[in-house]
Amino acid sequence: MATPLVVSDVAKSFTMHLRDGIKLPVVAGVSFSIRAGECTVLGGPSGAGKSSILKMLYGNYAVDEGQIIVSHDDGLIDLATASPRTVLAVRRQTIGYVSQFLRTVPRVPALDVVAEPLVERGEDREGARDKARALLAQLNLPEKLWALPPATFSGGEQQRVNIARGFITEHPILLLDEPTASLDARNRDVVIELIAGKKTAGVAFLGIFHDHDVREAVADRIIDVTVFAPGKIAA
Amino acid sequence: MTDEPLLRVSALSKFYGSRVGCDNVSFDLWPGEVLAVVGESGSGKTTLLNCLSTRLLPSSGTASYRMRDGQFRELYRMSEAERRFLMRTDWGFVHQNPADGLRMTVSAGANVGERLMAVGDRHYGKIRATAVDWLSRVEIDEDRIDDEPRAFSGGMRQRLQIARNLVTGPRLVFMDEPTGGLDVSVQARLLDLLRGLVTDLGLAAIVVTHDLAVARLLSQRMMVMKDGRVIESGLTDRVLDDPRAPYTQLLVSSILQV
Repeated sequence: MATPLVVSDVAKSFTMHLRDGIKLPVVAGVSFSIRAGECTVLGGPSGAGKSSILKMLYGNYAVDEGQIIVSHDDGLIDLATASPRTVLAVRRQTIGYVSQFLRTVPRVPALDVVAEPLVERGEDREGARDKARALLAQLNLPEKLWALPPATFSGGEQQRVNIARGFITEHPILLLDEPTASLDARNRDVVIELIAGKKTAGVAFLGIFHDHDVREAVADRIIDVTVFAPGKIAA
Repeated sequence: MTDEPLLRVSALSKFYGSRVGCDNVSFDLWPGEVLAVVGESGSGKTTLLNCLSTRLLPSSGTASYRMRDGQFRELYRMSEAERRFLMRTDWGFVHQNPADGLRMTVSAGANVGERLMAVGDRHYGKIRATAVDWLSRVEIDEDRIDDEPRAFSGGMRQRLQIARNLVTGPRLVFMDEPTGGLDVSVQARLLDLLRGLVTDLGLAAIVVTHDLAVARLLSQRMMVMKDGRVIESGLTDRVLDDPRAPYTQLLVSSILQV
């Protein structure tokens, strides 16, 4: 199977200038790759650096060392050094991200929040809204909520809007940061189904799942992030 | 991806005597991109904006703009008349205080229509129809078209100023604290409106703000200024989620959580 993303020897630390410049190493020597049609899961306790790795892959965190090579637009790009403009293009076409929390924009209805990534990719608004409706229905979000801005929704409802927004596009790589954290069993099963469907279509997943059942259901491989603890590299 | 930038800025500096306004600023801006310039009062962000929009001439450095014919022109080598024409047609400038960007004693419709006449529109009915359309796009009722902006609230004035700027279909809009001085609820409405218009029209914009939440919502890229220099720049969410420079960390850690 194709390898759309290769991470090699990536290191990340935070320098806290407001705390006398202390340096907090997060991870070092991070090396792995993910494959098309597979779901790779990052495992390890809280604070091991799982979310930090996802954020580096999405460009939210800067990378201190190493390379993140992604297949994009018939070429290879190193995300660790790419320009902001290139990172934006990679986000638009290649790497999608479903975060734990929805960052809401005032006044935009849930339906348009979900449809927006498709509109940004050049689809017409009505077609994008149709797909958004189908996904929100599949995720059991009550239809009366679709026209409302999600700011006042419950945690589980917001998370379903967020999942629909992340799954509506055809990004070949999807990063998932605990997408099922506040969902009930029925909706967890829908997400498991959605992931399975996209895997069949060749999408490469990299995810964090604290929920044991979901992890069991979707994971093809588990990478233990504790091996990337900064102390271990020297040993 | 192979297209060229709309604006290329290289080593731009402005000194007021021995005082630094902005120092050695360089960046490229592409069509459809929103760049936020953040920093505290006196950091040089407004000086930079005024130099870029040619309201001020820089002490040194260059800025070239890709005209509609695809040719790059050096902004500071243009004649005053050429610059004014650019400002009236291809650019917009949204001031913090709407009174600086509007004519307060002519009607709302005339404020919008005036920009159209400046680009050569002469048909009264067409100008009025376009003005009505733009007032509705910025959520001002048609029956207010003959009122003077003096009679408008702060939020309405700001929306009118935006309509006046966008009616000519500019490709680049400069904004100086567009939501400064407005109530939070009015701010949210305005931000949402701006965000929608920028996406729909594919505008490039340079937004000066001291409000990091405004920068997060509107921009894809960000430059942080201090003492006239750009001390950090990059993707907006990267700068805000993983600030590197000591001053940026201070700014980000000073945001009040609600």
